[in-house]
Amino acid sequence: MELEDFINKFAGCFNQTSATAIKPETEFRKLDEWGSMMALIVIAMIDADFGKTITSEDLKNAGTIASLFEIVKNK
Amino acid sequence: MAVFSVPNIQVKGISAAVPKQVEDNNDFALLTETDRALFIKTVGIRYRRIAPAGVTASDLCLAAAENLLAGLNWGRDEVRVLVFVTQTPDYIIPNTASLLQEKLGLSKTCIAFDVNLGCSGYVYGLSITGGLLQNMPGAKALLLVGDISTATISMRDKSTAPLFSDAGTATALEYDKEGVIHFNLQTDGKEFDDIIIPGGGYRNQLNEKQLKYTEYEKGITRNDLHMKLDGIKIFNFGLREVAPNIEKLLLEKGIDKDSIDYFVFHQANLLMLESIRKKLKVAPEKVPYSLYDYGNTSSATIPVTMVSELREQLETERVKLLLSGFGVGLSWGSAYIETKNIICPKMIEI
Repeated sequence: MELEDFINKFAGCFNQTSATAIKPETEFRKLDEWGSMMALIVIAMIDADFGKTITSEDLKNAGTIASLFEIVKNK
Repeated sequence: MAVFSVPNIQVKGISAAVPKQVEDNNDFALLTETDRALFIKTVGIRYRRIAPAGVTASDLCLAAAENLLAGLNWGRDEVRVLVFVTQTPDYIIPNTASLLQEKLGLSKTCIAFDVNLGCSGYVYGLSITGGLLQNMPGAKALLLVGDISTATISMRDKSTAPLFSDAGTATALEYDKEGVIHFNLQTDGKEFDDIIIPGGGYRNQLNEKQLKYTEYEKGITRNDLHMKLDGIKIFNFGLREVAPNIEKLLLEKGIDKDSIDYFVFHQANLLMLESIRKKLKVAPEKVPYSLYDYGNTSSATIPVTMVSELREQLETERVKLLLSGFGVGLSWGSAYIETKNIICPKMIEI
């Protein structure tokens, strides 16, 4: 499981946010497009592509995409 | 033992009724235009049916049952079992099934009772009704399943209001030595409060405080008599439990997944259902959806989908079906049934 792959798949969940705006240090919950629907889409992606379950607490605790990656990796 | 079979049972007909009044999620004011479009694309629900004041789940089920009985060659005194699955009964006391027994003109020898289940209710209802009927040669049964969930939600709550819709259904079952239904039913009460109406019962008895509206976050305002739903927990529950439950049923009963014609899921959320479909490696054309037009009708979604999406096949062909319901309780289960040229009248509006 690589960070670059995770970021590409995370970026693929969004419709209006440019892929260039999705970086390890991006605070994803501050993105304009982020909301409850995007949370479900990201959860479904992580379940399908990485076989891991993340909770709403995980999403709240992960400030950045890199920290979410670490949470997923350590599950 | 969660996996079991009920022999001597055959489904002979299915019907459904919905209220005439339609609401369009494109008009839902608590979401922005962009959010509405994303909601409809992701959750898959556009239109919802709303029962007007005074119309209950039992009224919708009664209309569905009368419509079904009109197509069946049954004497009403042959109906020995009536099970009404709902979470929106007419009264707290008495059970609504008794009222339905009278309104349908069924015999006083008919067993009639309510079952309080939601999303899993149709599959559980088939097992309960079939379980009683399997030892009654010559007898017939009605399984009535429906809810008016829109009466339980706050229209100021964007986490529930665009999801729920109302419907009532009727399923006819007969004692038949040729028939059998296989089940895998499960429960996990640890997460009982993931979907809950906290007030108005006997744990938290009705008081004035429960009527007070609270804003939990922007766009989520409700009181304690309204349904609360933890969307992410329920989403993860669906991803975690549904596919293994179905796989176990098919494995233990030696059913070839590829031989199944249709997988009819509880219509909760398109993204969740598509994730489950992919886990099961089932082709898209084998998974019908009714949620765009009829929303989440709680216990009724499976028969509503069968009537709205599979009516022609059910009436004219032998069909092998895998049914799966999951949600409030938490309670979930799957059933494998085979039908042959059943009575399946068009959806009615009342």
